[in-house]
Amino acid sequence: MVNNKVNIAIIGSGNIGTDLMIKALRSPMLNPEWMVGIDPDSDGLKRARSLGLKTSDAGINELLRHVEADKIQIAFDATSAYAHREHNDKLQSKGVKVIDLTPAAIGPYCIPSVNLERLMASDNQASPINNFNMVTCGGQATIPIIAAISQVQGVEYGEIVATIASKSAGPGTRKNIDEFTRTTASAIEQLGGAKQGKAIIVMNPATPPLMMRDTVHCLTETTPNQQAITDSVLAMVKQVQQYVPGYRLKNGPVFDGNRVSVFLEVAGLGDYLPEYAGNLDIMTSAALGAGEMLARQLSGQPQTHIE
Amino acid sequence: MNINNKQITLHDMCLRDGMHAKRHQISLTEMISLATALDDAGVPLIEVTHGDGLGGNSLNYGFAAHSDEEYLSAVIPLMKQARISALLLPGIGTVNHLRMAHELGVSTIRVAAQCTEADVTEQHIALSRNLGLDTVGFLMMAHMLEPGELLEQAKLMESYGANCIYCTDSAGYMLQDDVYARISALREGLKPETEIGFHGHHNLAMGVANSLTAVEAGASRIDGSAAGLGAGAGNTPLEVFNAVATRMGATTGVDVFKLMAAAEEIVVPLMDQPIRVDRDSLVLGYAGVYSSFLLHAKRAAEKYGVPSEQILLTLGQMKTVGGQEDMIEDVAINLAKGK
Repeated sequence: MVNNKVNIAIIGSGNIGTDLMIKALRSPMLNPEWMVGIDPDSDGLKRARSLGLKTSDAGINELLRHVEADKIQIAFDATSAYAHREHNDKLQSKGVKVIDLTPAAIGPYCIPSVNLERLMASDNQASPINNFNMVTCGGQATIPIIAAISQVQGVEYGEIVATIASKSAGPGTRKNIDEFTRTTASAIEQLGGAKQGKAIIVMNPATPPLMMRDTVHCLTETTPNQQAITDSVLAMVKQVQQYVPGYRLKNGPVFDGNRVSVFLEVAGLGDYLPEYAGNLDIMTSAALGAGEMLARQLSGQPQTHIE
Repeated sequence: MNINNKQITLHDMCLRDGMHAKRHQISLTEMISLATALDDAGVPLIEVTHGDGLGGNSLNYGFAAHSDEEYLSAVIPLMKQARISALLLPGIGTVNHLRMAHELGVSTIRVAAQCTEADVTEQHIALSRNLGLDTVGFLMMAHMLEPGELLEQAKLMESYGANCIYCTDSAGYMLQDDVYARISALREGLKPETEIGFHGHHNLAMGVANSLTAVEAGASRIDGSAAGLGAGAGNTPLEVFNAVATRMGATTGVDVFKLMAAAEEIVVPLMDQPIRVDRDSLVLGYAGVYSSFLLHAKRAAEKYGVPSEQILLTLGQMKTVGGQEDMIEDVAINLAKGK
């Protein structure tokens, strides 16, 4: 397998980039070759150096000089929605496929348990997909549930509330708070199947930090089929648990008229930040899943199914 | 206490914080009738928004009887002297909502954040300031930070462009010394031209006393609502504060008797339940819980057959903050399961 590993680069040395690097180092498919950031003192770059990656604090431009020589085929962007457009243009001009962990939403939305296989199947030479957008941490945690409900019956309105520990929200996440709500709401409609989407994010400063919590509220078009919705939600939770083991159903589905509510918690693996930061894990694990599938495609290996 | 000759800008909250107490169901007619009465009484600033700010319409917080656009469009053109403000909580509303409120003619945007998270307000405060609006940074649950830490967060908002910073006692938890320490720290640490405001809740019946202390320590804007219509045990009753401040020689420019009349004749008949310090709101103030949780907790208590004060206390122990209304039903379910 080692010979077939695809070389990757990580842009952004903050919480998400660093957590992603630690996970990618365990991947049978991916070889993290580079990490670039813009903060010479960042903990992420120090760790990357100590783990054997090539690093630079000169950002994307330094990486671009090495893309060909180091055979970088996939880049993961964990910076900010504002920086992503420029990064994407530069990487694509060098033929690098991009997995976007910011809410920039240039490429199609990608949520592994909902549409990853479908996306990969449609990525071919005639119409290649060169940028995959991983929505948001809140979207990764909740949209599978909305999709599970819409598989049973029509969803008029889907709303999510994501609460994350303040300590797990880096400067990129904070600057992108509007992009978070807009991108998540739009993906609730496009991937979740709700006619109208709404997203809310809350940061909680409690110490010790609280575990990521996510709540889904849906309004079904007709009286909810309680048993079918419950079965579908439980099956979806199992699917997400395959790539995020700490993904848990806390309460629900609860029914109140046409309202269906589901209460979730996401514990992380504690790779970079402690386990409360499930928002990092659900994002990085989803991105890694997409990256591995893409790597198989790039190296001409047969795909294995998520289920 | 000496507040003689101090100039105070009163800001009425009935049509925003009061929306919580009315489950966001205030009608356009009621909005117009109250706003015009407050305008006539000389109240210089009136907030009109969903209780949870622009974009607050949701299953989590409740859908209002009308959209923010409808409320603002109905009220703003009728004002003779009063200016209208809108609240915006990043994470709930976005700059798109801010632009909409600006186009409809609000004078003031108040960008609210949990007091530890001021850096989520940068894009909203900067845009509001660039649009030439009176721009307020609104630091919620301010009891959760020590005065020096609160000042650091306030300085961030000031650096983004806020010309006024609020110390917001969302849980109605603060006592007078808490208020004095925080307002003094803000007054000493912020630029002299930056205004300081205080927003109280009456959960420990400290609304008026705390607001007076805030003025003494250097605040020049005071939030309250006529007859106290607001979340929890309500906001600082504005007609009472106005009467007291006037007797103490401060200048508000608001007619004492006209404001009393608006409170008595328009707001009180509007109330779905008495706004008073009942057991649940006392728990909010005593335990430091976000005031808007009150009615949601009462509803969940009824649905799941558990005591509402237990729900609120648990939310306090979990250190929940504004916006986490979703945890109310989750806690009620757990209490009902005996967890």
